[in-house]
Amino acid sequence: MTAAITFEDVHQSYRGPDQAVLRGVDLTIEEGDFCIILGRSGMGKSTLLRCVNGLVQPYQGTVTVAGRQVSRHKSTLRGIRRRTGVIFQGYNLVNRLTALQNVLCGMLPDLPGYRALLGAFTAAEIERGLALLRDVGLENRADQRVDQLSGGQKQRVGIARVLAQEPTIILADEPVASLDPVTSEDILSRLRSISREKGITVVISLHQIEYARSYGERIIALLDGRLAIDTRGSELSPEHIDRIYGLSPERARG
Amino acid sequence: MTHEPTTAERPGGVRGIDRGRRRATWTRDITIAIAVLAILGWAANDLSLSPDRFVQGIPSLIDFLAKMFPPDFSVIPGLLSAIVTTLSVALWGTTLAVVISLFLALGAARNLFGSNRLIYGFSRFILSVLRSLPDLVWALIFVAAVGLGPFPGVLALTVYSCGELGKLHAEAIENIDPGPTEALESTGAGAFTTIRWAIVPQVMPEVVTYSLYRLESNVRHAFILGMVGAGGLGFELQVAMKLFKYQEVSAIIILIILTVATIDFISSRIRARII
Repeated sequence: MTAAITFEDVHQSYRGPDQAVLRGVDLTIEEGDFCIILGRSGMGKSTLLRCVNGLVQPYQGTVTVAGRQVSRHKSTLRGIRRRTGVIFQGYNLVNRLTALQNVLCGMLPDLPGYRALLGAFTAAEIERGLALLRDVGLENRADQRVDQLSGGQKQRVGIARVLAQEPTIILADEPVASLDPVTSEDILSRLRSISREKGITVVISLHQIEYARSYGERIIALLDGRLAIDTRGSELSPEHIDRIYGLSPERARG
Repeated sequence: MTHEPTTAERPGGVRGIDRGRRRATWTRDITIAIAVLAILGWAANDLSLSPDRFVQGIPSLIDFLAKMFPPDFSVIPGLLSAIVTTLSVALWGTTLAVVISLFLALGAARNLFGSNRLIYGFSRFILSVLRSLPDLVWALIFVAAVGLGPFPGVLALTVYSCGELGKLHAEAIENIDPGPTEALESTGAGAFTTIRWAIVPQVMPEVVTYSLYRLESNVRHAFILGMVGAGGLGFELQVAMKLFKYQEVSAIIILIILTVATIDFISSRIRARII
C-alpha cells in the first residue's frame, strides 16, 4: 500500500503558537482508506482537512499528497486540488446555477481557459455530468436551480461535483452535520461505496460517534492538537470515546 | 459566600438606570431637533425663501403655463432624432460605466483584494473621486477636452455612473456567500474561472438591477447634459425656451415625460424577468 496523504509534525495556528490548533500531527493515510476523523469542536478536524489541499498552510511541518508536498507554489497547489475533491458541510454550491452546471464546475480546471470562462462544455462533458447526477439519483433535477433542492439533494450534487473532478482523494468536512439521520446515512453510505468501487481515498470529519462506528473503516481522533486515537471502526470503544469527548463511558454509550 | 443583591433588588436598579438613560436620549433628541431647525432657518433666511413671494408669483406662473398651452405637437416629428440622441447618450454612458465599474468593483471588494492594499486602496480612491463630482462638472471638463456635442455627454455619464455603480457593485461582491468561491478554489480552478463561476452568478441580479436603475437615471441626466451642449432633447428644450416658443417647450416636456416613463417601464420588465 502506498500513502495517499502524509502529515509530518504539522503545526497550525490561527492566533499564534500559544493557541495552536494542531500541535505536531503525524499521520499517514493509505490509498483507498475510508477514514473518519473525530474530535470535539475546535480540535482541528477542519484545519487538518484544509491542510491537505492548501486552503490552510501549516506554519511548521509538511503535508504530502500523492508524493507531492503541499506548498504555496501555485501550480503544485492547483495540481493537488484538481485531484482532491472537497465536500462541505454547507454544500458550497452556486445557488443560482442548475444542478448540472454545479456538477460541470468540477470539470472546469481541466478545461482550456477560454472554454472554462465561456462555459463552453462539449456534448461529451455534459453527458458525463448527467451520468454523475444519475449516479446520485438526481438526473431528473439536472436543470433545476440548486436553491430549490433539499439539503440531502444538495449534498448529493456536491458529491457529483467532486466526482466530476475525477479525484483520487475526497475530503468531506462534516458532510452530514446539517442533515437528518436517514439522509446522513444515505450520504455516508454513498461515500463509502464510492471509496470501495473506485478505490478513492476518503477522509471525513464527523461528530456523530454512531456513524463513525458503523461507517468508519479507520477512525482517528484529535485531542489537544495531536493524534490521540487511531483505530479500526469496529474497535472503537467507550474508553476511546471518553478520551475524545471527556464523557464517562456510560454516557458515551447512551 | 455572601449573597450579592441582583440588579433588580438593588435600590434604583434596572428601572432607575432605564429612566436615567431615557431622560438622556430625550434631552439629546431635543437638542438635535433644535440644532437642525436652527440650520434650516438660517439657510432659509440666507436664500431669502419666503411664502409671500411664492404666493405673489402665482399669477405669473399661471400666465407662463397659459403661454405653454396648447402644446405645439407639430414639432414632434422633427424632434425624433433628438430623442434618439438623448437615449444613445444614456445607453452608451451606462454601458461603458457598467463594464469599467465591474473591474474597479472587483478591486474595491474587501473580500477579494482587502489584503492587497495597493489594488484595494487605488480602486476605492478612484471610485470616490469619480463620485465626488456631479456629471455636469464632468461634462464641462470633457467639453474642454473633446468639444461640444453628445460625446462629452457620454464621457461625463460614464465617469460619474462608474463611481456610483462601482461602489454598489463592490458592496454586492462583498455580500456574496464565500462558500462557492472556496469550493471552486478547492477544485484547483484559477482566479478568473473562480470569479466567472462563483462570483458572477451571485452578483448578477444586483448588477443587472443597479445598471438598469442607472440607465433610467442616466436618461434624465442626458436631458440635463443636453441643455449644457450635449445635444438631444435637452438642447432643443433650451433653444425653445430662449426663443420664447413656450408651446414648443410644453410639447418637449411632454415628450420627455413619455420617454422617461417608457424607459422606466421597459427596464422594470427586464428586471422582473432576470431576477
